[in-house]
Amino acid sequence: MYRYDEFDRTLVLERARQFRNQVARRQSGEITEDQFKPLRLMNGVYLQLHAYMLRINIPYGTLSSRQMRTLAHVARTYDKGYGHFTTRQNIQYNWPTLEEIPEILEVLAEAEMHGIQSSGNCIRNVTADQYGGVVAEEVEDPRVWSELVRQWSTLHPEFSFLPRKFKIAVTGSPSDRAAVKVHDIGLRAHKNAEGKIGFEIIVGGGLGRTPYIGKTIAEFMPAEHLLSYLEAILRVYNRYGRRDNKYKARIKILVDDIGIEEYRRQADEEWESLKDGALTVPQEEVERIRAYFAPPAYETLPARDSGYEAKLFEDAEFRAWAKVAITAHRQPGYAIVDISLKPIGGIPGDASADQMDALADLADEYSLSELRVAHEQNLVLPNVRQSDLYALWQKLKAHDLATANIGLISDVIACPGMDYCALATARSIPVAQRLSKHFASLEKQHDIGRLHVNISGCINACAHHHVGHIGILGVDKRGEEFYQITIGGRADEFAKLGDRVGPAVSYDRVIDAIDVIVNTYLKLRQPGEKFIATVERLGIGPFKEAFAEENLDAAA
Amino acid sequence: MPLLENGHIVEDTWQTLTEEDPSPANPAAAVIVPFARYLAEREAWAAHEGPLGLAVKAGEDVEQLTAEDLSRVSLVALDFPKFNDGRAFSSARILRERLGFTGRIRATGEVLRDQLLFMQRCGFDSYLIPRADAEEAWAAALKELSVWYQPTADGRPWITALRTGRWERQEQAAE
Repeated sequence: MYRYDEFDRTLVLERARQFRNQVARRQSGEITEDQFKPLRLMNGVYLQLHAYMLRINIPYGTLSSRQMRTLAHVARTYDKGYGHFTTRQNIQYNWPTLEEIPEILEVLAEAEMHGIQSSGNCIRNVTADQYGGVVAEEVEDPRVWSELVRQWSTLHPEFSFLPRKFKIAVTGSPSDRAAVKVHDIGLRAHKNAEGKIGFEIIVGGGLGRTPYIGKTIAEFMPAEHLLSYLEAILRVYNRYGRRDNKYKARIKILVDDIGIEEYRRQADEEWESLKDGALTVPQEEVERIRAYFAPPAYETLPARDSGYEAKLFEDAEFRAWAKVAITAHRQPGYAIVDISLKPIGGIPGDASADQMDALADLADEYSLSELRVAHEQNLVLPNVRQSDLYALWQKLKAHDLATANIGLISDVIACPGMDYCALATARSIPVAQRLSKHFASLEKQHDIGRLHVNISGCINACAHHHVGHIGILGVDKRGEEFYQITIGGRADEFAKLGDRVGPAVSYDRVIDAIDVIVNTYLKLRQPGEKFIATVERLGIGPFKEAFAEENLDAAA
Repeated sequence: MPLLENGHIVEDTWQTLTEEDPSPANPAAAVIVPFARYLAEREAWAAHEGPLGLAVKAGEDVEQLTAEDLSRVSLVALDFPKFNDGRAFSSARILRERLGFTGRIRATGEVLRDQLLFMQRCGFDSYLIPRADAEEAWAAALKELSVWYQPTADGRPWITALRTGRWERQEQAAE
């Protein structure tokens, strides 16, 4: 894992001290709330419905056991004993006081973490494939480049007052787990015919009230030019992105307005003066960062562990968990383990301080002291010996962390919704909880198979409902919560926006509506066909018809 | 309003013209002319003997200035219509780094203490800042951060250059 050197450490400590001073100046009245707002946002401090919320970055989703213990400590000491993992590889604390936040930031800085640019109209926490460096299919380790981008974007003097927030995601695998096509900039590392590393750079993707799939601005940008080209793209956006209407201020609107060819022309023109300049990435710096991500001390093991295979055969409950929770590791004899933060009826993404401590211990015991945070609001133990899987699973069970629902219908991505968020127009968490309880039977869930449900409590789409296989969007209709339902969306390398299946349904009928969609799928699927494949094969028609037949928009 | 340069409050010797103001009677006066007006009256301003400055609004493209324009101009004032309108940061860097402008770049409009460091990094060296304690605020703001990841033309070392020894090599070459 990356470790701060003296420069990185100095920067976060100075930044924490700077924020302490800004809080003091706000409290003395020297600066207005309006002027304080961007300062606190750029340190991750929001004002929510009930209290301040602090959002901490977990850059590209990597976390050491030591850092996890710090997160547990913060949850226990400054919050109500839990934290909430978000879709952007952040953790949010919902109950800190403003006075305590500078102290929390100092505690986090000691563990090499921070909230810098986790909010505000600046370049946000860089996200990446949560399986970086460990997944069998990987072409290039996205963590190396994410770290490079993290540093370049941190306290960027030119790009700290952009028209709107700016999100960058990185992947280095053929399967896209980072949703690079629905970010302001998506980076896909790949190799050219000569084996040289470069990036497909995708711009102008995004969800929110006007969703777009991003467009490719460069097919193969050689790695040494990555930062100078990003600077060119950002400069065009900073200068020409709309600032008159916050709903039209994201880069996706600019790309759509002028077209990708024109955007490329302007970026290239800007790049002329930046290319081969001081931002050219020195090979030695790439190697310095890469050395931190060198494979840990793996043991030489057989590719398949016979003890593990025997347990799979003997224990059906373990088998059901392993089927969804385990992904092939690049190192023989090891496994990547997903840990569901979606217990049946629970709040998606929440973890208690005790669970965080338990996970830190399990990471030390079974995963070479490392964890990951997935944008699906789940956690990952990336380096587990196959021979340890059964013991690990039993311990996870004891902490209510072994729900066998990864990728299944109850593995719901949900935003905080109206229970916490000042922007929300409807509740999301209770919908997720009801859905999860309705489909509580794991047997039934496994029969339904892979199905991603995303629930956003407002049009800002924090839970990415447009790209859920089933997307649920809460809206306010004359003071009542209604939910628009889309199907067929996906966030992977075949990214696509979902289509509406019918009129919005009331809070009471939203589970009935999901039932109709699921039952239609079960009726029409071919053997072994996943939900998304059935929707793509048949189109939305049969689902619409079934939806209409049930009169779902009528009162319950 | 206090004008801050080199860390001190200094007297503003410049006269700022609007679009409508008549050209100064004194050809040797130091005047700041609206950017659009200058572009429209280039020929006339070529004859101006005194120091010439330009007032550029956010959204106006400084790259319309030619090398000849820039040889004539000794100050460019970049406006922040609101503190959170960051376009002038880009304009300043383009002036310094692409167009090679060596005159003063002045920040006007809503200039906040907490942005001074970013402004300086982007190439500003003159600030109209609406506070009496501008000198103290400047001194305090400047001390807040000592390390940076990004190279700009402000002459500060950036972290990658320090890590790779490139900064020392560059310094030695300059000596």
